[in-house]
Amino acid sequence: MNRALPLLRTAALRLWLPVLLAIVWWYASAGSQNIYFPPLSTILETFAADWLGSRAATDLVPSLGKFVLGFLISAAGGIALGTWLGLSPAAREAAEPVVQFLRSLPPPVLLPIGLLLFGITGTMNVAIIVMGAIWPTVLNTADGIRSLDGQVADMSRSYRLTFAQRLFSVALPNAAPQVFAGLRTTLQLSIILIVVSEMVAAASGVGYYVLNSQQTFAVAQTWAGTLVLGLIGYLSTLVFLAVEKRVLNWQHGMRRAAEGA
Amino acid sequence: MQQSIIETRTGDAPAGEAVVELVDLRKSYGTGPSAVQILDGVNFEVRRGEFVCVVGPSGSGKTTLLKCIAGLLKPSGGRTDFEGQEVTEPPAKLAVVFQDYSRSLLPWMTVRANIALPLRNKFPKQERQARIDEALESVGLAGKGHLYPWQMSGGMQQRAAIARGLAYQPDVLLMDEPFAAVDAQTRIDLEDLVLEVRDRYDTTVLFVTHDIDEAVYLADRVIVLSGAPTTVSHNITVDLPHPRHQVDTKREPRFAELRAFVFEQIQAAKSNTVRNRADA
Ligand SMILES: Nc1ncnc2c1ncn2[C@@H]1O[C@H](COP(=O)(O)OP(=O)(O)OP(=O)(O)O)[C@@H](O)[C@H]1O
Ligand SMILES: [Mg+2]
Repeated sequence: MNRALPLLRTAALRLWLPVLLAIVWWYASAGSQNIYFPPLSTILETFAADWLGSRAATDLVPSLGKFVLGFLISAAGGIALGTWLGLSPAAREAAEPVVQFLRSLPPPVLLPIGLLLFGITGTMNVAIIVMGAIWPTVLNTADGIRSLDGQVADMSRSYRLTFAQRLFSVALPNAAPQVFAGLRTTLQLSIILIVVSEMVAAASGVGYYVLNSQQTFAVAQTWAGTLVLGLIGYLSTLVFLAVEKRVLNWQHGMRRAAEGA
Repeated sequence: MQQSIIETRTGDAPAGEAVVELVDLRKSYGTGPSAVQILDGVNFEVRRGEFVCVVGPSGSGKTTLLKCIAGLLKPSGGRTDFEGQEVTEPPAKLAVVFQDYSRSLLPWMTVRANIALPLRNKFPKQERQARIDEALESVGLAGKGHLYPWQMSGGMQQRAAIARGLAYQPDVLLMDEPFAAVDAQTRIDLEDLVLEVRDRYDTTVLFVTHDIDEAVYLADRVIVLSGAPTTVSHNITVDLPHPRHQVDTKREPRFAELRAFVFEQIQAAKSNTVRNRADA
Protein backbone atom coordinates (compact mmCIF):
# COMPACT_ATOMS: atom_id res chain seq x y z
CA MET A 1 0.00 0.00 0.00
CA ASN A 2 2.67 2.45 1.08
CA ARG A 3 4.77 1.51 -1.89
CA ALA A 4 1.85 1.40 -4.30
CA LEU A 5 0.80 4.98 -3.61
CA PRO A 6 3.79 6.78 -5.10
CA LEU A 7 3.65 4.40 -8.06
CA LEU A 8 0.01 5.34 -8.66
CA ARG A 9 0.96 8.96 -8.35
CA THR A 10 3.66 8.72 -11.01
CA ALA A 11 1.34 6.75 -13.26
CA ALA A 12 -1.35 9.40 -12.86
CA LEU A 13 1.12 12.21 -13.51
CA ARG A 14 2.33 10.58 -16.69
CA LEU A 15 -0.99 9.36 -18.01
CA TRP A 16 -3.43 12.22 -17.56
CA LEU A 17 -2.39 14.13 -20.68
CA PRO A 18 -2.35 11.21 -23.15
CA VAL A 19 -5.68 9.99 -21.76
CA LEU A 20 -7.15 13.48 -22.04
CA LEU A 21 -5.90 13.83 -25.62
CA ALA A 22 -7.38 10.45 -26.53
CA ILE A 23 -10.74 11.42 -25.04
CA VAL A 24 -10.78 14.75 -26.87
CA TRP A 25 -9.84 12.99 -30.10
CA TRP A 26 -12.51 10.34 -29.57
CA TYR A 27 -15.35 12.86 -29.11
CA ALA A 28 -14.15 15.43 -31.62
CA SER A 29 -13.88 12.82 -34.33
CA ALA A 30 -17.03 10.86 -33.44
CA GLY A 31 -19.31 10.60 -36.49
CA SER A 32 -16.83 12.51 -38.62
CA GLN A 33 -17.60 12.36 -42.36
CA ASN A 34 -14.29 13.98 -43.28
CA ILE A 35 -12.47 11.43 -45.37
CA TYR A 36 -9.06 12.45 -43.98
CA PHE A 37 -10.11 12.38 -40.35
CA PRO A 38 -12.05 9.19 -39.73
CA PRO A 39 -13.54 8.70 -36.24
CA LEU A 40 -11.06 7.40 -33.68
CA SER A 41 -13.38 4.45 -33.16
CA THR A 42 -12.90 3.48 -36.82
CA ILE A 43 -9.14 3.88 -36.56
CA LEU A 44 -9.03 1.67 -33.47
CA GLU A 45 -11.23 -0.95 -35.14
CA THR A 46 -8.85 -1.03 -38.09
CA PHE A 47 -5.93 -1.13 -35.71
CA ALA A 48 -7.37 -4.12 -33.88
CA ALA A 49 -8.37 -5.93 -37.05
CA ASP A 50 -5.02 -5.47 -38.76
CA TRP A 51 -2.39 -5.24 -36.06
CA LEU A 52 -3.87 -7.53 -33.48
CA GLY A 53 -4.88 -9.87 -36.27
CA SER A 54 -3.48 -11.09 -39.57
CA ARG A 55 -0.92 -8.39 -40.15
CA ALA A 56 0.84 -8.95 -36.86
CA ALA A 57 2.52 -12.02 -38.35
CA THR A 58 2.91 -10.86 -41.98
CA ASP A 59 4.01 -7.25 -41.42
CA LEU A 60 4.64 -6.37 -37.79
CA VAL A 61 6.90 -9.26 -36.80
CA PRO A 62 9.16 -8.98 -39.89
CA SER A 63 9.43 -5.20 -39.45
CA LEU A 64 10.26 -5.55 -35.79
CA GLY A 65 12.71 -8.34 -36.54
CA LYS A 66 14.60 -6.27 -39.10
CA PHE A 67 14.53 -3.22 -36.86
CA VAL A 68 15.85 -5.10 -33.84
CA LEU A 69 18.45 -6.95 -35.89
CA GLY A 70 19.61 -3.73 -37.55
CA PHE A 71 19.84 -1.99 -34.20
CA LEU A 72 21.73 -4.83 -32.53
CA ILE A 73 24.24 -5.09 -35.36
CA SER A 74 24.73 -1.31 -35.27
CA ALA A 75 25.13 -1.38 -31.50
CA ALA A 76 27.61 -4.26 -31.38
CA GLY A 77 29.50 -3.12 -34.47
CA GLY A 78 29.49 0.49 -33.30
CA ILE A 79 30.89 -0.40 -29.90
CA ALA A 80 33.54 -2.67 -31.41
CA LEU A 81 34.61 -0.16 -34.04
CA GLY A 82 34.48 2.74 -31.58
CA THR A 83 36.58 0.81 -29.07
CA TRP A 84 39.19 0.14 -31.70
CA LEU A 85 39.27 3.79 -32.75
CA GLY A 86 39.40 4.87 -29.12
CA LEU A 87 42.31 2.58 -28.28
CA SER A 88 44.47 3.12 -31.33
CA PRO A 89 45.53 6.66 -32.18
CA ALA A 90 46.85 5.41 -35.53
CA ALA A 91 43.52 3.82 -36.43
CA ARG A 92 41.78 7.00 -35.38
CA GLU A 93 43.98 9.20 -37.56
CA ALA A 94 43.32 6.99 -40.53
CA ALA A 95 39.61 6.43 -40.01
CA GLU A 96 38.55 9.84 -38.75
CA PRO A 97 37.92 11.53 -42.14
CA VAL A 98 36.08 8.50 -43.50
CA VAL A 99 33.91 8.18 -40.41
CA GLN A 100 33.13 11.89 -40.40
CA PHE A 101 32.17 11.74 -44.07
CA LEU A 102 29.94 8.70 -43.68
CA ARG A 103 28.18 10.06 -40.67
CA SER A 104 27.58 13.38 -42.43
CA LEU A 105 25.58 11.66 -45.14
CA PRO A 106 21.87 12.10 -44.46
CA PRO A 107 20.93 8.46 -43.79
CA PRO A 108 18.05 8.22 -46.37
CA VAL A 109 20.63 9.02 -49.05
CA LEU A 110 21.90 5.49 -48.50
CA LEU A 111 18.65 4.04 -49.87
CA PRO A 112 19.47 4.05 -53.59
CA ILE A 113 22.84 2.48 -52.96
CA GLY A 114 21.36 -0.09 -50.61
CA LEU A 115 18.79 -0.93 -53.28
CA LEU A 116 21.50 -1.27 -55.89
CA LEU A 117 23.57 -3.56 -53.73
CA PHE A 118 20.92 -5.72 -52.10
CA GLY A 119 17.73 -5.27 -54.11
CA ILE A 120 14.35 -5.25 -52.41
CA THR A 121 15.21 -7.66 -49.63
CA GLY A 122 15.20 -7.84 -45.87
CA THR A 123 19.00 -7.75 -46.01
CA MET A 124 18.73 -4.37 -47.69
CA ASN A 125 16.50 -2.99 -44.90
CA VAL A 126 18.93 -4.20 -42.25
CA ALA A 127 21.97 -2.98 -44.20
CA ILE A 128 20.43 0.48 -44.55
CA ILE A 129 19.89 0.63 -40.79
CA VAL A 130 23.45 -0.41 -40.05
CA MET A 131 25.03 1.95 -42.58
CA GLY A 132 23.01 4.90 -41.38
CA ALA A 133 22.63 4.32 -37.65
CA ILE A 134 25.98 2.94 -36.56
CA TRP A 135 27.93 6.23 -36.50
CA PRO A 136 26.72 7.93 -33.35
CA THR A 137 27.65 4.80 -31.38
CA VAL A 138 31.05 4.57 -33.09
CA LEU A 139 31.96 8.18 -32.35
CA ASN A 140 30.61 8.25 -28.81
CA THR A 141 32.31 4.99 -27.90
CA ALA A 142 35.64 6.21 -29.29
CA ASP A 143 35.28 9.41 -27.28
CA GLY A 144 34.35 7.55 -24.12
CA ILE A 145 37.25 5.11 -24.42
CA ARG A 146 39.65 7.97 -24.95
CA SER A 147 38.35 9.99 -22.01
CA LEU A 148 39.94 7.65 -19.47
CA ASP A 149 41.36 9.60 -16.56
CA GLY A 150 45.17 9.61 -16.40
CA GLN A 151 45.24 8.39 -12.83
CA VAL A 152 42.94 5.48 -13.62
CA ALA A 153 45.24 4.57 -16.48
CA ASP A 154 48.22 4.72 -14.11
CA MET A 155 46.37 2.55 -11.62
CA SER A 156 45.62 -0.05 -14.33
CA ARG A 157 49.24 -0.15 -15.36
CA SER A 158 50.78 -0.22 -11.92
CA TYR A 159 48.52 -3.10 -10.85
CA ARG A 160 49.46 -4.82 -14.09
CA LEU A 161 45.90 -5.44 -15.19
CA THR A 162 45.62 -7.65 -18.27
CA PHE A 163 44.43 -6.23 -21.57
CA ALA A 164 41.06 -7.92 -21.13
CA GLN A 165 40.69 -6.43 -17.64
CA ARG A 166 41.67 -2.98 -18.86
CA LEU A 167 39.12 -3.26 -21.63
CA PHE A 168 36.16 -4.88 -19.92
CA SER A 169 36.62 -3.72 -16.35
CA VAL A 170 38.06 -0.26 -16.93
CA ALA A 171 37.81 1.30 -20.39
CA LEU A 172 34.34 0.11 -21.42
CA PRO A 173 32.56 0.80 -18.12
CA ASN A 174 34.25 4.20 -18.11
CA ALA A 175 32.87 4.83 -21.60
CA ALA A 176 29.44 3.39 -20.84
CA PRO A 177 27.59 6.67 -20.21
CA GLN A 178 28.77 8.02 -23.55
CA VAL A 179 28.17 4.71 -25.29
CA PHE A 180 24.56 4.77 -24.15
CA ALA A 181 24.10 8.34 -25.35
CA GLY A 182 25.31 7.15 -28.76
CA LEU A 183 23.12 4.04 -28.67
CA ARG A 184 20.08 6.17 -28.03
CA THR A 185 20.63 8.13 -31.24
CA THR A 186 21.37 4.86 -33.03
CA LEU A 187 18.04 3.53 -31.81
CA GLN A 188 16.14 6.55 -33.11
CA LEU A 189 17.90 6.38 -36.46
CA SER A 190 17.14 2.66 -36.65
CA ILE A 191 13.42 3.29 -36.34
CA ILE A 192 13.51 6.07 -38.91
CA LEU A 193 15.48 3.96 -41.32
CA ILE A 194 13.39 0.79 -41.07
CA VAL A 195 10.27 2.85 -41.80
CA VAL A 196 11.78 4.86 -44.62
CA SER A 197 13.40 1.86 -46.25
CA GLU A 198 10.17 -0.11 -46.05
CA MET A 199 8.26 2.78 -47.55
CA VAL A 200 10.59 3.06 -50.50
CA ALA A 201 11.52 -0.51 -51.07
CA ALA A 202 9.57 -3.36 -49.55
CA ALA A 203 6.52 -5.47 -50.31
CA SER A 204 5.49 -5.86 -46.69
CA GLY A 205 6.12 -4.35 -43.30
CA VAL A 206 4.63 -1.49 -41.31
CA GLY A 207 6.32 1.23 -43.35
CA TYR A 208 5.09 -0.33 -46.58
CA TYR A 209 1.60 -0.66 -45.10
CA VAL A 210 1.42 3.02 -44.12
CA LEU A 211 2.53 4.37 -47.48
CA ASN A 212 0.52 1.84 -49.48
CA SER A 213 -2.67 2.59 -47.53
CA GLN A 214 -2.17 6.28 -48.12
CA GLN A 215 -1.73 5.73 -51.85
CA THR A 216 -4.92 3.63 -51.99
CA PHE A 217 -6.86 6.10 -49.84
CA ALA A 218 -7.34 3.58 -47.05
CA VAL A 219 -7.18 6.48 -44.62
CA ALA A 220 -8.10 4.58 -41.45
CA GLN A 221 -5.25 2.19 -42.20
CA THR A 222 -2.83 5.08 -42.65
CA TRP A 223 -3.77 6.34 -39.21
CA ALA A 224 -3.65 2.89 -37.65
CA GLY A 225 -0.21 2.20 -39.16
CA THR A 226 1.10 5.51 -37.92
CA LEU A 227 -0.17 4.60 -34.46
CA VAL A 228 1.73 1.29 -34.67
CA LEU A 229 4.94 3.09 -35.61
CA GLY A 230 4.52 5.52 -32.74
CA LEU A 231 4.01 2.64 -30.34
CA ILE A 232 7.08 0.78 -31.64
CA GLY A 233 9.19 3.87 -31.12
CA TYR A 234 7.78 4.53 -27.70
CA LEU A 235 8.03 0.98 -26.39
CA SER A 236 11.53 0.41 -27.74
CA THR A 237 12.66 3.59 -26.00
CA LEU A 238 11.13 2.34 -22.75
CA VAL A 239 12.98 -0.97 -23.05
CA PHE A 240 16.18 0.87 -23.92
CA LEU A 241 15.90 3.17 -20.91
CA ALA A 242 15.27 0.21 -18.60
CA VAL A 243 18.44 -1.50 -19.83
CA GLU A 244 20.41 1.72 -19.55
CA LYS A 245 19.20 2.25 -16.02
CA ARG A 246 20.39 -1.20 -15.03
CA VAL A 247 23.80 -0.92 -16.67
CA LEU A 248 24.47 2.66 -15.54
CA ASN A 249 23.06 2.09 -12.09
CA TRP A 250 26.43 3.07 -10.57
CA GLN A 251 26.40 6.37 -12.39
CA HIS A 252 22.92 7.32 -11.24
CA GLY A 253 23.91 6.42 -7.69
CA MET A 254 27.08 8.43 -7.94
CA ARG A 255 25.20 11.45 -9.21
CA ARG A 256 22.62 11.17 -6.44
CA ALA A 257 25.43 10.89 -3.88
CA ALA A 258 27.16 13.97 -5.30
CA GLU A 259 23.92 15.93 -5.18
CA GLY A 260 23.23 14.79 -1.65
CA ALA A 261 26.67 15.86 -0.47
CA MET B 1 75.25 24.07 13.34
CA GLN B 2 72.12 22.03 13.25
CA GLN B 3 73.95 19.56 11.07
CA SER B 4 75.76 18.42 14.20
CA ILE B 5 72.56 17.45 16.02
CA ILE B 6 70.80 16.05 13.00
CA GLU B 7 72.68 13.27 11.38
CA THR B 8 72.41 13.59 7.63
CA ARG B 9 73.32 10.33 6.03
CA THR B 10 75.36 10.30 2.91
CA GLY B 11 77.79 7.40 2.99
CA ASP B 12 77.06 5.05 5.86
CA ALA B 13 75.10 2.04 4.67
CA PRO B 14 72.17 1.08 6.89
CA ALA B 15 71.20 -2.52 7.58
CA GLY B 16 69.07 -4.53 5.14
CA GLU B 17 69.25 -4.84 1.38
CA ALA B 18 68.14 -1.98 -0.85
CA VAL B 19 64.76 -2.76 -2.45
CA VAL B 20 64.45 0.55 -4.21
CA GLU B 21 67.51 2.33 -5.48
CA LEU B 22 67.66 5.58 -7.38
CA VAL B 23 70.86 6.19 -9.26
CA ASP B 24 71.35 9.68 -10.60
CA LEU B 25 67.70 9.76 -11.63
CA ARG B 26 66.86 12.54 -14.10
CA LYS B 27 63.58 13.47 -15.66
CA SER B 28 62.62 16.32 -17.90
CA TYR B 29 59.29 17.03 -19.53
CA GLY B 30 59.06 18.20 -23.10
CA THR B 31 61.74 18.19 -25.75
CA GLY B 32 64.12 20.65 -27.36
CA PRO B 33 64.37 24.19 -26.03
CA SER B 34 61.03 23.95 -24.21
CA ALA B 35 62.21 20.98 -22.14
CA VAL B 36 62.01 21.50 -18.39
CA GLN B 37 64.39 19.61 -16.15
CA ILE B 38 62.45 18.46 -13.07
CA LEU B 39 64.62 15.78 -11.49
CA ASP B 40 68.27 16.58 -11.74
CA GLY B 41 70.17 13.57 -10.44
CA VAL B 42 68.31 12.10 -7.49
CA ASN B 43 70.13 9.48 -5.42
CA PHE B 44 68.79 7.51 -2.47
CA GLU B 45 67.81 4.00 -1.58
CA VAL B 46 65.05 2.38 0.44
CA ARG B 47 65.98 -0.70 2.45
CA ARG B 48 63.70 -3.63 3.16
CA GLY B 49 61.34 -2.93 6.01
CA GLU B 50 62.00 0.80 6.07
CA PHE B 51 59.38 3.52 6.18
CA VAL B 52 60.78 6.40 4.13
CA CYS B 53 59.04 9.74 3.68
CA VAL B 54 59.85 12.09 0.83
CA VAL B 55 59.14 15.76 1.43
CA GLY B 56 59.76 18.71 -0.81
CA PRO B 57 58.23 21.96 -1.96
CA SER B 58 55.16 21.80 -4.17
CA GLY B 59 56.14 21.22 -7.78
CA SER B 60 59.54 19.83 -6.85
CA GLY B 61 58.73 16.61 -8.67
CA LYS B 62 57.61 14.25 -5.91
CA THR B 63 54.89 12.69 -8.03
CA THR B 64 57.27 12.51 -10.98
CA LEU B 65 59.80 10.72 -8.78
CA LEU B 66 57.23 8.24 -7.56
CA LYS B 67 56.01 7.50 -11.07
CA CYS B 68 59.55 6.76 -12.18
CA ILE B 69 59.99 4.34 -9.28
CA ALA B 70 56.63 2.72 -10.11
CA GLY B 71 57.63 2.19 -13.74
CA LEU B 72 54.91 4.53 -14.95
CA LEU B 73 57.33 7.10 -16.35
CA LYS B 74 60.56 6.51 -18.20
CA PRO B 75 63.47 8.44 -16.72
CA SER B 76 65.35 10.73 -19.09
CA GLY B 77 68.60 9.78 -17.38
CA GLY B 78 69.98 7.59 -14.64
CA ARG B 79 67.82 4.73 -13.44
CA THR B 80 65.72 3.28 -10.68
CA ASP B 81 66.19 -0.29 -9.52
CA PHE B 82 63.63 -2.47 -7.85
CA GLU B 83 64.96 -5.48 -5.98
CA GLY B 84 68.15 -5.31 -7.96
CA GLN B 85 66.49 -5.06 -11.37
CA GLU B 86 66.30 -1.92 -13.44
CA VAL B 87 62.70 -0.75 -13.66
CA THR B 88 61.39 -0.75 -17.22
CA GLU B 89 57.74 -1.59 -16.53
CA PRO B 90 55.62 -1.56 -13.34
CA PRO B 91 57.18 -4.18 -11.01
CA ALA B 92 54.91 -7.01 -9.88
CA LYS B 93 55.83 -6.69 -6.23
CA LEU B 94 55.07 -3.00 -5.98
CA ALA B 95 51.76 -1.24 -5.39
CA VAL B 96 50.81 2.42 -5.51
CA VAL B 97 48.25 4.29 -3.45
CA PHE B 98 47.44 7.44 -5.37
CA GLN B 99 46.79 10.90 -4.06
CA ASP B 100 43.29 11.33 -5.37
CA TYR B 101 41.24 8.41 -4.06
CA SER B 102 38.13 9.65 -5.86
CA ARG B 103 39.87 8.99 -9.17
CA SER B 104 41.71 5.84 -8.22
CA LEU B 105 38.85 3.54 -7.19
CA LEU B 106 36.56 2.48 -10.02
CA PRO B 107 33.07 3.83 -9.34
CA TRP B 108 31.34 1.09 -11.33
CA MET B 109 32.56 -1.60 -8.97
CA THR B 110 31.98 -2.33 -5.33
CA VAL B 111 34.95 -1.88 -3.04
CA ARG B 112 35.35 -5.64 -2.92
CA ALA B 113 35.47 -5.87 -6.71
CA ASN B 114 37.94 -3.01 -6.80
CA ILE B 115 40.26 -4.85 -4.45
CA ALA B 116 39.72 -8.14 -6.27
CA LEU B 117 40.53 -6.80 -9.73
CA PRO B 118 44.36 -6.78 -9.48
CA LEU B 119 44.31 -10.09 -7.59
CA ARG B 120 42.52 -12.02 -10.30
CA ASN B 121 45.67 -12.82 -12.24
CA LYS B 122 47.73 -13.56 -9.15
CA PHE B 123 45.82 -15.77 -6.74
CA PRO B 124 43.21 -18.54 -6.86
CA LYS B 125 39.69 -17.56 -5.88
CA GLN B 126 39.74 -18.98 -2.37
CA GLU B 127 42.90 -17.17 -1.43
CA ARG B 128 41.63 -14.01 -3.06
CA GLN B 129 38.58 -13.89 -0.85
CA ALA B 130 40.67 -14.46 2.26
CA ARG B 131 43.08 -11.70 1.30
CA ILE B 132 40.29 -9.25 0.59
CA ASP B 133 38.63 -9.99 3.92
CA GLU B 134 41.89 -9.58 5.78
CA ALA B 135 42.76 -6.33 4.01
CA LEU B 136 39.31 -4.87 4.61
CA GLU B 137 39.49 -5.90 8.23
CA SER B 138 42.90 -4.36 8.76
CA VAL B 139 41.81 -0.97 7.43
CA GLY B 140 38.63 -1.03 9.51
CA LEU B 141 36.27 -1.69 6.64
CA ALA B 142 35.19 -5.22 7.58
CA GLY B 143 31.72 -5.87 6.21
CA LYS B 144 31.77 -2.76 4.00
CA GLY B 145 33.03 -4.48 0.86
CA HIS B 146 29.62 -4.47 -0.78
CA LEU B 147 29.51 -0.67 -0.88
CA TYR B 148 30.39 1.38 -3.93
CA PRO B 149 33.17 3.97 -3.46
CA TRP B 150 30.72 6.83 -3.87
CA GLN B 151 28.68 5.47 -1.00
CA MET B 152 31.66 6.08 1.28
CA SER B 153 33.25 9.11 2.90
CA GLY B 154 36.62 10.35 1.66
CA GLY B 155 38.44 8.71 4.54
CA MET B 156 36.73 5.37 3.89
CA GLN B 157 37.60 5.58 0.20
CA GLN B 158 41.25 6.13 0.99
CA ARG B 159 41.12 3.19 3.40
CA ALA B 160 39.67 1.11 0.58
CA ALA B 161 42.49 2.21 -1.73
CA ILE B 162 45.01 1.23 0.95
CA ALA B 163 43.24 -2.11 1.38
CA ARG B 164 43.61 -2.72 -2.35
CA GLY B 165 47.32 -2.06 -2.05
CA LEU B 166 47.67 -4.34 0.97
CA ALA B 167 45.68 -7.23 -0.48
CA TYR B 168 48.04 -7.18 -3.44
CA GLN B 169 50.77 -7.94 -0.88
CA PRO B 170 53.53 -5.95 -2.50
CA ASP B 171 57.05 -5.86 -1.14
CA VAL B 172 56.96 -2.09 -1.46
CA LEU B 173 54.00 0.22 -1.10
CA LEU B 174 54.32 3.66 -2.70
CA MET B 175 51.99 6.34 -1.42
CA ASP B 176 51.61 9.76 -3.03
CA GLU B 177 50.23 12.29 -0.56
CA PRO B 178 47.52 9.80 0.32
CA PHE B 179 45.96 11.92 3.02
CA ALA B 180 46.11 15.35 1.40
CA ALA B 181 42.40 15.37 0.70
CA VAL B 182 40.97 14.18 4.02
CA ASP B 183 40.14 16.16 7.13
CA ALA B 184 42.61 16.52 10.01
CA GLN B 185 41.04 13.97 12.34
CA THR B 186 40.73 11.34 9.62
CA ARG B 187 44.29 12.04 8.65
CA ILE B 188 45.55 11.25 12.15
CA ASP B 189 43.56 8.00 12.16
CA LEU B 190 44.93 7.04 8.77
CA GLU B 191 48.52 7.79 9.77
CA ASP B 192 48.27 5.37 12.66
CA LEU B 193 46.51 2.90 10.43
CA VAL B 194 49.38 2.96 7.96
CA LEU B 195 51.94 2.38 10.72
CA GLU B 196 49.85 -0.50 12.01
CA VAL B 197 49.34 -2.25 8.68
CA ARG B 198 52.93 -1.84 7.66
CA ASP B 199 53.88 -3.82 10.80
CA ARG B 200 51.17 -6.36 10.16
CA TYR B 201 52.03 -6.84 6.49
CA ASP B 202 55.73 -6.25 6.98
CA THR B 203 55.79 -3.93 3.98
CA THR B 204 58.39 -1.42 2.95
CA VAL B 205 56.78 1.98 2.50
CA LEU B 206 57.82 4.99 0.46
CA PHE B 207 55.51 7.81 1.39
CA VAL B 208 55.34 11.20 -0.32
CA THR B 209 53.89 14.06 1.65
CA HIS B 210 54.16 17.81 1.93
CA ASP B 211 53.26 17.69 5.61
CA ILE B 212 56.40 17.86 7.74
CA ASP B 213 54.74 16.66 10.94
CA GLU B 214 53.38 13.69 9.09
CA ALA B 215 56.77 12.88 7.58
CA VAL B 216 58.64 12.98 10.88
CA TYR B 217 55.89 11.15 12.73
CA LEU B 218 55.70 8.27 10.26
CA ALA B 219 59.20 7.85 8.96
CA ASP B 220 62.32 5.93 9.83
CA ARG B 221 64.00 8.23 7.37
CA VAL B 222 63.02 11.51 5.73
CA ILE B 223 64.33 12.46 2.29
CA VAL B 224 64.18 16.21 1.75
CA LEU B 225 64.13 17.32 -1.87
CA SER B 226 65.44 20.64 -3.05
CA GLY B 227 63.31 22.82 -5.29
CA ALA B 228 63.30 22.17 -9.03
CA PRO B 229 65.57 21.22 -10.69
CA THR B 230 65.44 18.72 -7.90
CA THR B 231 68.09 16.78 -6.04
CA VAL B 232 68.15 15.24 -2.57
CA SER B 233 69.05 18.01 -0.18
CA HIS B 234 68.96 15.95 3.03
CA ASN B 235 68.61 12.35 4.05
CA ILE B 236 67.63 12.31 7.70
CA THR B 237 67.40 9.36 10.06
CA VAL B 238 64.43 9.72 12.41
CA ASP B 239 65.64 8.26 15.65
CA LEU B 240 62.32 8.41 17.46
CA PRO B 241 61.26 5.29 19.37
CA HIS B 242 58.65 2.85 18.06
CA PRO B 243 55.75 2.41 18.27
CA ARG B 244 54.86 5.99 17.51
CA HIS B 245 52.12 7.68 19.45
CA GLN B 246 50.22 10.75 18.32
CA VAL B 247 50.57 12.55 21.66
CA ASP B 248 53.71 11.11 23.26
CA THR B 249 55.85 11.02 20.14
CA LYS B 250 54.89 14.52 19.13
CA ARG B 251 55.61 15.74 22.65
CA GLU B 252 59.22 14.59 22.54
CA PRO B 253 61.87 17.30 22.25
CA ARG B 254 63.54 15.21 19.57
CA PHE B 255 60.38 15.34 17.46
CA ALA B 256 60.34 19.15 17.69
CA GLU B 257 64.00 19.28 16.76
CA LEU B 258 63.64 17.09 13.69
CA ARG B 259 60.51 18.86 12.66
CA ALA B 260 62.17 22.27 12.86
CA PHE B 261 65.18 21.03 10.93
CA VAL B 262 63.13 19.61 8.07
CA PHE B 263 61.04 22.75 8.01
CA GLU B 264 64.11 24.94 7.63
CA GLN B 265 65.48 22.79 4.84
CA ILE B 266 62.27 23.04 2.90
CA GLN B 267 62.10 26.79 3.39
CA ALA B 268 65.66 27.03 2.11
CA ALA B 269 64.77 24.81 -0.87
CA LYS B 270 61.80 27.00 -1.67
CA SER B 271 63.78 30.23 -1.70
CA ASN B 272 66.39 28.47 -3.84
CA THR B 273 63.69 27.54 -6.32
CA VAL B 274 62.51 31.11 -6.43
CA ARG B 275 66.07 32.27 -7.01
CA ASN B 276 66.63 29.66 -9.72
CA ARG B 277 63.44 30.70 -11.47
CA ALA B 278 64.38 34.36 -11.27
CA ASP B 279 67.78 33.57 -12.77
CA ALA B 280 66.30 31.59 -15.63
N1 LIG C 1 53.15 15.48 -17.88
C1 LIG C 1 53.81 16.62 -17.61
N2 LIG C 1 54.22 17.42 -18.61
C2 LIG C 1 54.89 18.56 -18.34
N3 LIG C 1 55.17 19.00 -17.12
C3 LIG C 1 54.79 18.25 -16.07
C4 LIG C 1 54.09 17.04 -16.27
N4 LIG C 1 53.82 16.50 -15.05
C5 LIG C 1 54.33 17.36 -14.16
N5 LIG C 1 54.93 18.40 -14.77
C6 LIG C 1 55.62 19.51 -14.08
O1 LIG C 1 56.67 18.96 -13.35
C7 LIG C 1 56.80 19.63 -12.10
C8 LIG C 1 56.78 18.64 -10.98
O2 LIG C 1 55.50 18.01 -10.95
P1 LIG C 1 55.10 16.96 -9.85
O3 LIG C 1 53.66 16.69 -9.99
O4 LIG C 1 56.02 15.81 -9.92
O5 LIG C 1 55.40 17.79 -8.53
P2 LIG C 1 55.00 17.45 -7.03
O6 LIG C 1 56.22 17.65 -6.21
O7 LIG C 1 54.33 16.14 -6.96
O8 LIG C 1 54.00 18.62 -6.72
P3 LIG C 1 52.76 18.63 -5.69
O9 LIG C 1 53.34 18.81 -4.33
O10 LIG C 1 52.01 19.85 -6.10
O11 LIG C 1 52.02 17.36 -5.87
C9 LIG C 1 55.69 20.65 -12.05
O12 LIG C 1 56.22 21.91 -12.34
C10 LIG C 1 54.72 20.21 -13.12
O13 LIG C 1 54.11 21.34 -13.69
MG1 LIG D 1 52.33 15.47 -6.48
